[in-house]
Amino acid sequence: MSARDSILKRLRERTDGPLTAPESDYSVMGGRGWTPEQRLAHFEEKITSVHGEVIHADRSNWADALTQVLTDKGVKRLGVGREHPVAREAREALAGGAVELIDVERDIETWQREQFETLEAGLTSTRGGIAETGSLWLWPTPDEPRRLSLVPPLHIAVLDADVIEDTLFDVIASHDWANNMPTNALLISGPSKTADIEQTLAYGVHGPRELVILVRH
Amino acid sequence: MTSLKLYPAKPDKVYFFGTCLIDMFYPEAGLDAIRLLEREGIEVLFPDDQTCCGQPAYTSGYHDETRAVAEAQLDLFPEPWPIIVPSGSCGGMMRTHYPPLFAGTSREEQARQVAERIFELTEFLVHVCHVRLADKGDAQRVAMHTSCSARREMGLADTGPALLDQLESVTLVEQARAAECCGFGGTFAVRHPEVSAAMVEDKTQAIEAAGAEHFVTSDCGCLMNIAGRFEHQKRPVRGEHIASYLWRRTS
Amino acid sequence: MSVQTYTPQAFHRQAHDALGNPQIRANFRQAMDGLMTKRRDSFGDWDVEALRDLGASIRLRALAKLPDLLEQLEANCQANGIQVHWAQDGDEACRLIRELCEARDAKRVIKGKSMVSEEMHLNAHLEEAGIEALESDLGEYLVQLNEQTPSHIIMPAIHLNTDEISDLMHAKTGTDKTRDVDYLTAAARQQLRERFMNADVGVSGVNFAVAETGTLCLVENEGNGRMTTTVPPVHIAVTGIEKVVEHLHDVPPLYALLTRSATGQHVTTYFNMISGPRKPEEHDGPREVHLVLVDNGRSSIYQDDELLDTLRCIRCGACMNHCPVYTRVGGHTYGTTYPGPIGSILMPHLQGLEATQDLPSASSLCGACGEVCPVRIPIPDLLVRLRKEAVGEGRGNVEGAGVKRNRKEVLAWKGWQWLATHPGAWRASTSVAGKFRALTPSKLGPWTQYRTAPKPASTPLHVLVKRHRQVNRQEGES
Repeated sequence: MSARDSILKRLRERTDGPLTAPESDYSVMGGRGWTPEQRLAHFEEKITSVHGEVIHADRSNWADALTQVLTDKGVKRLGVGREHPVAREAREALAGGAVELIDVERDIETWQREQFETLEAGLTSTRGGIAETGSLWLWPTPDEPRRLSLVPPLHIAVLDADVIEDTLFDVIASHDWANNMPTNALLISGPSKTADIEQTLAYGVHGPRELVILVRH
Repeated sequence: MTSLKLYPAKPDKVYFFGTCLIDMFYPEAGLDAIRLLEREGIEVLFPDDQTCCGQPAYTSGYHDETRAVAEAQLDLFPEPWPIIVPSGSCGGMMRTHYPPLFAGTSREEQARQVAERIFELTEFLVHVCHVRLADKGDAQRVAMHTSCSARREMGLADTGPALLDQLESVTLVEQARAAECCGFGGTFAVRHPEVSAAMVEDKTQAIEAAGAEHFVTSDCGCLMNIAGRFEHQKRPVRGEHIASYLWRRTS
Repeated sequence: MSVQTYTPQAFHRQAHDALGNPQIRANFRQAMDGLMTKRRDSFGDWDVEALRDLGASIRLRALAKLPDLLEQLEANCQANGIQVHWAQDGDEACRLIRELCEARDAKRVIKGKSMVSEEMHLNAHLEEAGIEALESDLGEYLVQLNEQTPSHIIMPAIHLNTDEISDLMHAKTGTDKTRDVDYLTAAARQQLRERFMNADVGVSGVNFAVAETGTLCLVENEGNGRMTTTVPPVHIAVTGIEKVVEHLHDVPPLYALLTRSATGQHVTTYFNMISGPRKPEEHDGPREVHLVLVDNGRSSIYQDDELLDTLRCIRCGACMNHCPVYTRVGGHTYGTTYPGPIGSILMPHLQGLEATQDLPSASSLCGACGEVCPVRIPIPDLLVRLRKEAVGEGRGNVEGAGVKRNRKEVLAWKGWQWLATHPGAWRASTSVAGKFRALTPSKLGPWTQYRTAPKPASTPLHVLVKRHRQVNRQEGES
């Protein structure tokens, strides 16, 4: 008998007989009922408490805010997609400027070392925000691959204020994640961190040292 | 899990289960508990044939022996009176572990009924007697150590301190890590003496550091452990069972 | 640095050493105090008891449907392109993973944190086959550099302080000696990035495997988990069969409980949900994803209604953070992959009671572990159950049951039983003990090394009550 079949057989032929599944009461997970203002306030409080940097911008001139961030952080090489409106608008605004725009919709095998060693920042869109925990949710795409939010030392994420929802529980339900899971779904709440050396917080141990969230209104 | 208990009205009579540690080492505490109850106008019935709740064997894994001893206690409380136990660990044993111990035996229902009637002493004084204490003692700074069984198994973190709070001249001091175990744990202290010693050392230091001149506890296992450590270290802090302390200061 | 191996058989000696080591004592006390405070503060407005009820119900439901959910998980993973493998024990799982590596000519494995891989000693197995296995979680990396095993399931290097880590990294990797944690962290980042780029295979654990969607969830702060599962061309996830949950909406409650219980965080930096390998149109991510489902004793635990609760565990470590014994002796003292209360109820099933007989008794049954367990595992009751198995009065379905039964102790308890069921004899004996109290020894073995011996009272309560009744009666008559 295969390992699989032996294991399943042992589980099915349980000595103490079949088990009854208890009911689950999920009421504690939902019903926050926050207003958009409360949501934004929660989001900002939580994500800044874990070292996320929030910058508010108008939807019309958010790219100016982006330019300012790049200047402030001294970024010379920015990884950015092409198709997402966020990427397109960013490319338009930054075209011909001091920041070199690096194409990311290339198979990683062709530029692995370049990505690790020379990319200074990655710009991504986000699908939404979660107020309760101060989280961004991202479903990486061919246009904005997984590593864009992971490998560079700075991750700049663009979030629209009106897509912040109360809880992860709500997000999973309202967007029917169960029937739409992408290859990789991500929640990001702050920059990479560790407390493995004597409980002292240090940032950027493997992922980005800094996370900037441009909240568009 | 802490369960909400519905408390009965004050009865005319109660049973008193003295516990083996009190019987042998701290009998005055047992008598003081009886006096406290009698002062509330309650007749206290002390079944002469009581011995031990069985907990030491239970926590050691000797459940056949436990069952035999526990069974001998079940018949001692035939009338529907509450059973008062001046110990969180014996009370916890009888309330929490008796029913599963007798599950599937002819004693199951009886064990359940006895378990429902078990009250720890401070719990009974606070929630059933609604006792009012008039302090006659001198000013004193006191630390309370609530046993882990009282605190967690019976959900009684507050009843001991609530009684001490009624004593006008007594200041209840706050110790660091008050909820941490003193290291007694019944046979644990014998099977893992060094770990247990490290725990009681920290407990005595915390009590002293809080500025306590005296400590009280609702469990004689903890009392034996903590007081034994203080004495061994020749420290001045002394301890006693909360029943004795309450009786001494209010009689 | 000398390499010390720890075994559960040597618990007493290891405890003795740890208790006498001020550095260990201070490191653990400080860390556990901090973790307890953080946990307490982290639940904020939550109804923590309702959340724990929900967490427990989700885990119990998953266990109630376990075989069906495993089949559903397998089917959905396969539909997503994840290859699923089953292993009955740790050796089989190691062999499977080694063969997957060998078939791809992989020589370098990078690892994300996985306690199951520790449990089956995967690193040693791979290295014997000439495959390098490098830990990438910072704590695990440090522990590996130090040729040790983790001393905590969430914070593997909690037993080391900054000076010790600085010395270690200096000796093994040539970094400067410094207490600058940012510098040390940045150095580790640099060292490990090179290794990520060159890794042939990434091996990770799984926090929750979702049957409904065929999704593997990983909870982490560092990003090494994302690196491990994204950078190498092959990702192998390894997990115990009990980690499955039924629905995707079962995940948020467990995640909320896990982060708060473990480190007092309201959320971790990353929550990584993997539902398949790289698709043709995608530009990064592993070409292959494998899931190895490991039994290793779990299906035996599963047979017993009471022991089953052990399998609810979501590996948060709160039980050890709150354990007064763990806090004082540290993780290595237990000599097992999982230390502390959860280890003491789990390891006897993985290694048998003969090797682990001192673990279930290494608890004062204070209940702190059960009080904080996010999925309400009745840990103290399970410790008692294993003690019962160890002395041969249980159901006999734990390997090594009865190993602690010895004539002397049985006789002592039988004697106690006789006395406690013969009230006349009991009363006589307590009275006698009181009469001869002056003769009671002041040395009672280990007790009196640290405390004075209790003396029996001259008059036991039975007698006092009798006198008290007489006084009451006389007062009533007069």
